[in-house]
Amino acid sequence: MQTDLPSTFFTAPPGFGWPIITYFFLGGIAAGALLLAGLLRLFGTAADRPYIRIASIVALVGAFISVIVLILDLSAPLRFWHMVIQNNTGRLMFKWWSPMSDGIWILTLFSFFALVAVLESLALEDRPRLRGLRFLSRAPFHAVGAIGGIVFGLALAGYTGVLLAVTNRPLWADSSWLGIVFLFSAVSTAIATLLLLSHWRNVDSAITNDWLARFDNVTLVLEFFAIVFFLISLGGAARALLNAWGVVLVLGVIVVGIILPLVIQRRPSHSVVLPAVLVLTGGLLLRMVIMLSSEQIHVSGVQVFR
Amino acid sequence: MGTRALPIVAPGTAQSTAKQEPMGFFTDTSICIGCKACEVACKEWNQLPARGDGGAHLEMSGQSYDNTLRLSGDTWRHVKFVEQFPQPYEGRWLMMSDVCKHCVQAPCLEVCPTGAIIRTEFDTVVIQSDTCNGCRDCIGACPFGVIDINHVSNTAQKCTLCYDRISVGLEPACSKACPTDSIQFGPISELRERAAARVVQLREQGESRAHLYGADPNGPLGGLNSFFLLVDEPEVYGLPREPKMPSRNLVPGSLLSTFGALVMAFVGALTLRASRMRDVARARREDAPRAD
Repeated sequence: MQTDLPSTFFTAPPGFGWPIITYFFLGGIAAGALLLAGLLRLFGTAADRPYIRIASIVALVGAFISVIVLILDLSAPLRFWHMVIQNNTGRLMFKWWSPMSDGIWILTLFSFFALVAVLESLALEDRPRLRGLRFLSRAPFHAVGAIGGIVFGLALAGYTGVLLAVTNRPLWADSSWLGIVFLFSAVSTAIATLLLLSHWRNVDSAITNDWLARFDNVTLVLEFFAIVFFLISLGGAARALLNAWGVVLVLGVIVVGIILPLVIQRRPSHSVVLPAVLVLTGGLLLRMVIMLSSEQIHVSGVQVFR
Repeated sequence: MGTRALPIVAPGTAQSTAKQEPMGFFTDTSICIGCKACEVACKEWNQLPARGDGGAHLEMSGQSYDNTLRLSGDTWRHVKFVEQFPQPYEGRWLMMSDVCKHCVQAPCLEVCPTGAIIRTEFDTVVIQSDTCNGCRDCIGACPFGVIDINHVSNTAQKCTLCYDRISVGLEPACSKACPTDSIQFGPISELRERAAARVVQLREQGESRAHLYGADPNGPLGGLNSFFLLVDEPEVYGLPREPKMPSRNLVPGSLLSTFGALVMAFVGALTLRASRMRDVARARREDAPRAD
């Protein structure tokens, strides 16, 4: 028995598998998309409206899928409402010091602002049936909707990493950097998704695409440094990554998902699709590495298996 | 140990209020004979299946005389067999009846998002099965790997310290069944005195490694209401030397994420503004010759 193992290695895995990986990935894209939509609503022009519509729809669909996946992942899914209402008193359930409780409310408010963003976007299309919603595009509703979307988009992007850090599991609880890593990754994957979908929908605007690529480059550099600081902060617990997951982290997440897209996007006339696909691949692999490398470590009797 | 006193239940959640003297277990591993009577008594009283599949398939560990292997949603007591055999005819077994530690500052209770985990009037920690929805946050938060999903109820479950028995003045099933009194139940203050005396006795008899794990109220997690006498390092029994509260990462993690969020918002806004300014400047340059 090794006596120098961090205390986190003596715990049991909670079984956060593919549903949670899916949520962290799609929820991150949705979160970043509402941030992008909010920024374009506040500082963009009429030419950005197709991008705002796509980003808002991505946010709303992502929120919907996230809610469904989270409910189905519960061992007792029909009791999902116990997260928001105390089943024995009927009062609201909220524990600010529990990131999972915070996350439920963040996702709820995020979904509201994503819906507002989609409705505002549709109302601006001059559809007769939705004329009644045009007030959403006027002050102060427009600014409140955009800022609310930015705030709850960023909150949704970052809280997931904090949730993992506020456990006692190897890797997750051995660092405080997971929240910021997931946040930067959420924004970069959302930019990639918006670039891909706008390309697919033929709404390519050179100016907006240029902004998205520049924003993506800064985000990818920040994500790279956040991952480096995360690995350094792990200390002795980093030994949990001295296996195939460590290789996936270096080659898949850092090289394929960060460095290659950065190199490609430095070329004057680069493809929109390739770097976006690489960034999305890296974002998914990041969540797989973080979740599954910790999940496979478990205590059994007196032995710690890895 | 840097633990902070966070409120441990959400305002308004149901919990017992008539506070009584803290009760718990003192498990003296030096006299455990590994009979597993405690495991059986626990399963019988709490109507727990032999295995998650109802006992239809008997699984053998293949690596130990212990085939239970670990605590789980349907095994709330587990007698660990630590087989220390450096040479074929030279060695010893250490036996330890493991159980929920009923931490004074309980990590599971701290993170539970539904209020299903409560502290009882006996200072023990109980999961209310009718409130738990199986989110499994408590499983990852427990520093000892105690909690697991019970596949009959589909909720997280663990030792209740026989809340139903001690509420009516009975002893928990496991300690009642223990033939050597390795598991002792009673008021924590009394158990601590008894445990300290036992450590002195063992050391006088030459067992210099005897020490208490979790008995110090100033130690990790504010002490454990189910504490142990060990005769080797905690890690040898599969116990963390320094169990920690999950909330140690709450403030630094949240602050770092907030900083990252501010950076993203500012970088996004500034790069978008710069992009629009460049666009306006380019349009002006293009318009200028036509104006001439």
